[in-house]
Amino acid sequence: MSSDLATPATRKDASAAKSSGAREPVWRRAARWETGLVAVLIGVLLWASIKSPTFTDPSTAFYFGVNTGYIAVMALPMTFVVMTGEIDLSVASMLGLSASMVGYLWHHGWNIWAAFAVALLVGVVGGALNGVLVARFGLPSIAVTIGTLTLFRGLAEVLLGSLTIPTIGDRQFPQWLTNIGVNSIPGTQVSWSMLIFIVLAVIFGVVLHLMPLGRAMVAVGLQPEAAQFAGIRVKRMKFWLFVLSGLMSAFAGILVTLQQASVSYNVGNGLELTVVAIVLFGGVSIFGGRGTILGVVLSVAIVGSLQMALTQLNVSSDKQNIVTGVLLLISVIVPNGGEALRRAREFVRRRAAHEPG
Amino acid sequence: MATPARLVLEGATKRFGSVVALGEGAITLYPGEAHALVGENGAGKSTLVKILGGVYRPDSGTLTIDGTPVEFGGPADAQAAGVAIIYQEPSLFPDLTVAENIFMGRQPLGTWRRIDRRAMERRSREIFTRLGVQLDPSRPARGLSVADQQIVEIAKALSFNAQVFVMDEPTAALTTVEVLRLFDVIKTLREHGTAVLFISHRLEEVYACCQRVTIMRDGRFVRSVGVAEISIDEIIRSMVGRDLEALFPKTETAPDEVVLDVQGLTTEGVFHDISFSVRAGEIVALAGLVGAGRSEVARAIFGVDRRDAGTVRVSGRALANGDARAAMAAGVALVPEDRRQQGLVMDLGIDQNVALASMAKLRRGGLIFRSSERKLAATWAERLQLKYGRLRNPVSTLSGGNQQKVVLGKWLARAPRLLIIDEPTRGIDVGTKAEVHRILDGLVSEGTAVLMISSELPEVLGMADRVIVLREGRITAELSRAEADENSIMRAATGQNAEIAV
Amino acid sequence: MSAVTVPKADGGVVLTLLRAREIGIALLIALVVLVTALHNSHFVDSNSVQQLLSGAALIALLGVGETLVIITRNVDLSVGSVLGLSAYVVGDLFKYHHIPVWSGFVIGTLVGVAAGTLNGFIVTALRVPSLVVTLGMLYVIRGIDGVIVNGDRIDPESIPNAFTAVGYRTLFGIPWLAIIVAVLVAVAGFAMRSFRASRDLYAIGSNPDAAALAGVPIQRRVFSAFLISGTLAGFAGALFLALHTQIDNSGGIGYELSVVAAVVVGGVAIFGGSGTVVGAALGALLLNTINQALVASRISAFWNQAIAGALLLAAIAFDRWLSLRVTKSLRSAEGAHREL
Repeated sequence: MSSDLATPATRKDASAAKSSGAREPVWRRAARWETGLVAVLIGVLLWASIKSPTFTDPSTAFYFGVNTGYIAVMALPMTFVVMTGEIDLSVASMLGLSASMVGYLWHHGWNIWAAFAVALLVGVVGGALNGVLVARFGLPSIAVTIGTLTLFRGLAEVLLGSLTIPTIGDRQFPQWLTNIGVNSIPGTQVSWSMLIFIVLAVIFGVVLHLMPLGRAMVAVGLQPEAAQFAGIRVKRMKFWLFVLSGLMSAFAGILVTLQQASVSYNVGNGLELTVVAIVLFGGVSIFGGRGTILGVVLSVAIVGSLQMALTQLNVSSDKQNIVTGVLLLISVIVPNGGEALRRAREFVRRRAAHEPG
Repeated sequence: MATPARLVLEGATKRFGSVVALGEGAITLYPGEAHALVGENGAGKSTLVKILGGVYRPDSGTLTIDGTPVEFGGPADAQAAGVAIIYQEPSLFPDLTVAENIFMGRQPLGTWRRIDRRAMERRSREIFTRLGVQLDPSRPARGLSVADQQIVEIAKALSFNAQVFVMDEPTAALTTVEVLRLFDVIKTLREHGTAVLFISHRLEEVYACCQRVTIMRDGRFVRSVGVAEISIDEIIRSMVGRDLEALFPKTETAPDEVVLDVQGLTTEGVFHDISFSVRAGEIVALAGLVGAGRSEVARAIFGVDRRDAGTVRVSGRALANGDARAAMAAGVALVPEDRRQQGLVMDLGIDQNVALASMAKLRRGGLIFRSSERKLAATWAERLQLKYGRLRNPVSTLSGGNQQKVVLGKWLARAPRLLIIDEPTRGIDVGTKAEVHRILDGLVSEGTAVLMISSELPEVLGMADRVIVLREGRITAELSRAEADENSIMRAATGQNAEIAV
Repeated sequence: MSAVTVPKADGGVVLTLLRAREIGIALLIALVVLVTALHNSHFVDSNSVQQLLSGAALIALLGVGETLVIITRNVDLSVGSVLGLSAYVVGDLFKYHHIPVWSGFVIGTLVGVAAGTLNGFIVTALRVPSLVVTLGMLYVIRGIDGVIVNGDRIDPESIPNAFTAVGYRTLFGIPWLAIIVAVLVAVAGFAMRSFRASRDLYAIGSNPDAAALAGVPIQRRVFSAFLISGTLAGFAGALFLALHTQIDNSGGIGYELSVVAAVVVGGVAIFGGSGTVVGAALGALLLNTINQALVASRISAFWNQAIAGALLLAAIAFDRWLSLRVTKSLRSAEGAHREL
């Protein structure tokens, strides 16, 4: 018998939280959220074009890609992780660790490709550490990844200290590679990192929405126990998703190193919250099981273009912070606000029904 | 009886949409009596309990306590009126002490409104002494056995002077010793003039601890009578009250080769040395009391849980330990006990639920399309006569019986060699019950092996070719269809002399 | 009658085990101090000790509020931003409006009250997951802070001496700051044990359904937890200013994670229901001690963060192991007796 009192209650709790929002079919809710995002995106683009004379310049698209692409790359695996009801707060630190690893090895005379390979391997190992602690030992992912957030950033600091690579006397990074931060894809205004994001988004979208793995992730996020009874290997899946998240973050670290043509240990500090904000604003439920890649892509477009426009308008990064925060609050309050309103109405009606009796 | 009734419920009805959960519930409880409430699953007992506990509001009917009509707006009202519900598995605060669990929100206060822990523990100990049990009030509730958790709940109710105790299948998960202790506690409660409503599937317990019994069937009150004036057979007849033949269609089949072969299956502390086999074309029932380890055996065979020892072979091939995927590949399907938590993903569509276990089959070029899921679901919806609006609607919108059909469809779509089905008709209306039974019968005729777990004796007797009885994690009997009857099964399941039950 | 019971001794052992968390941390702190002092006697200089205690005090103070919130199965990630905003607002008022010294603390606290009220309102009235809400508020408040700061910076000469005194004065060699926080922790620790309302917090985190059944006013209590967390963060902002005597828009960045780390290391279960403010405060002290010890041991300061992270992971894993052990021992003690 289950004498672990906490487990049934937690489970009930979670399912209650889920079912309360489940009056309508999932697809309809999702569809509505994405329609809203499209409207917001159009609004942002129109407003930015009117307000900022430079927004319609072709180069805007390029810088949008450079500034947003590598962050967006981390949002994709984060979507998967959040879909299964977990969270990975260590992504930005892994980005920093991977970038620092590239810098460190480069500083020590390594070949750039070998440095990349090691950085990606570090991503896999770091992700596996998260995965083992969460999936194998059943520790809460929020606590674990706050720990690895500190650990990975700390290791990055150990590698580079206060150095910025390349330092005086170092080789410069190969120019044809660092050009991705300067030149767009020939004939277009699309940056390389944006192209990479788009390709990856298509792949992630297909996996999530058109492949058994994606179905399994949804099931795991909605009802882990039912997923297990359908033969889905829940733990194994979560483990590999954390590995994927580590790998992609490491890859983002390589991207940002090349784009900036330099690296210090604190690169991407605090980006984990931006990534989470993008994913949640994209309509992915923090409780898991709900969300689409399309929503996340739209969210990337909105957050990225808003940032571009605000920067062009010389709006301080502080106000941009406010905008990010408000977007995040909207993303949870709007769907839940309807619930709250309905609850309030129901309450009043029940009271009214009682008056006569 | 001369004494005035403590609690009277009359003409209580409760509907959920089109489903009538309680047609006409009635019960009268007198001070100092232990009153049994019996009926098959789905007879409306739990609905009645929830009405008494203030969880549900009845659509109609009156409730009177000590002569005063009352109306409960919520559990707090019931509590204030002195009605306490002791659930089968109480939900305590695992991190808090036993004493705090008893007095949460009503802790005795000292100076400056400080909680007086010493008084709290003293009063807890007093209550335990009154109940004749020993429990340390200062230990955390985490790790308490179900029996002790119930005691804590009872102590909590006593601490606010509850006059009516409703115990919803309290003995289901208790060992024999614990049951006896609970009976002693009930006796103590009665001696203090408390009324106890006792719900149990084990009829011998009704005779052992209750004075009167109320029988319910299909959401209705059937009769209320002193236990001395009714035999167990009469109780069963009143509970079932319908033609068993129609409910349990049974085609005679000749069992074929062995499909499932279990040897020495053991999980420490849960079940021990379980060995049996199931052949193609037969239904083997795993019978026993709730908590005897039946579902756990099923879960270990399917590989959702790991086993500590033993082998499981399907068609001669050994299954890896703790690997549900391997079991599925070998042709095993499991329709679990808890439909809403384990069987279905409630927020997903009917189509996606049916398709969830058949991903590999539906994949085309590695991709899954909703259309192919819908096609599969449509096939099974038709075959199982599913009543639904749209296939894309969340499965949570279906009734219990139709949900069960979706679970069945999900697994039958894999054309399993062995179907393990845990409580096939729990919480399902009578009509759909018969349909589910027909589906099982049809499967067996086509040569599927079925391992069925059921707490409903009529179902076991009506459907099974062989019955394996478990008690406290061990097989205590293996009965052929001819040998199996109420008596032989209950005797093996309780390990007690059947005389009590006759 | 069967005797299903746990003898007193076992209950005692379990309680000791649970309480050992605080003792264990205290011992660990002592060990770190000892080992470091053997390597570097400067480590126990009154100066370094004071620095250590003051730094830990701020995190510990935030940890008190965070503990209350986490016990209810929520989290408050906005504390760092609230601290930053409060510190700057107070500094700004000193510089440009020359407000009296005492009002600095009041105003700082009020900033926190406002933030806590807003957090609590959104979480409880709109029933929105607190992780997301306070993450959003982290940004919004940090942004508002930046807008107010607008590139400015408050320097020590703008702040009244009587105010910064709170940051540098000591009593018997112990910084005022640490004494203030220690008193607050003690009061909070006492309150968390002794009042119905605080026990409600544990009930909510331990089993929300059962708490509702027991008539616990869940939303009101959770609201209070956020309010207190915000209030303490606001007050901590004023203390922050007093300690550092200067402030720009970066005050308290990243504190939220340090606080959560300290709380978790201090034995507060991240999923609610158990833990003490004293443990959280000791957790803060331990993490700070280790940081300082690394500096003193001439291990490159670059290792600080990595070690802090590894330690946090170890703490979480240890916590899990401990709770499994406790559950098991509680169970087997009982099982042994059931056999009788």
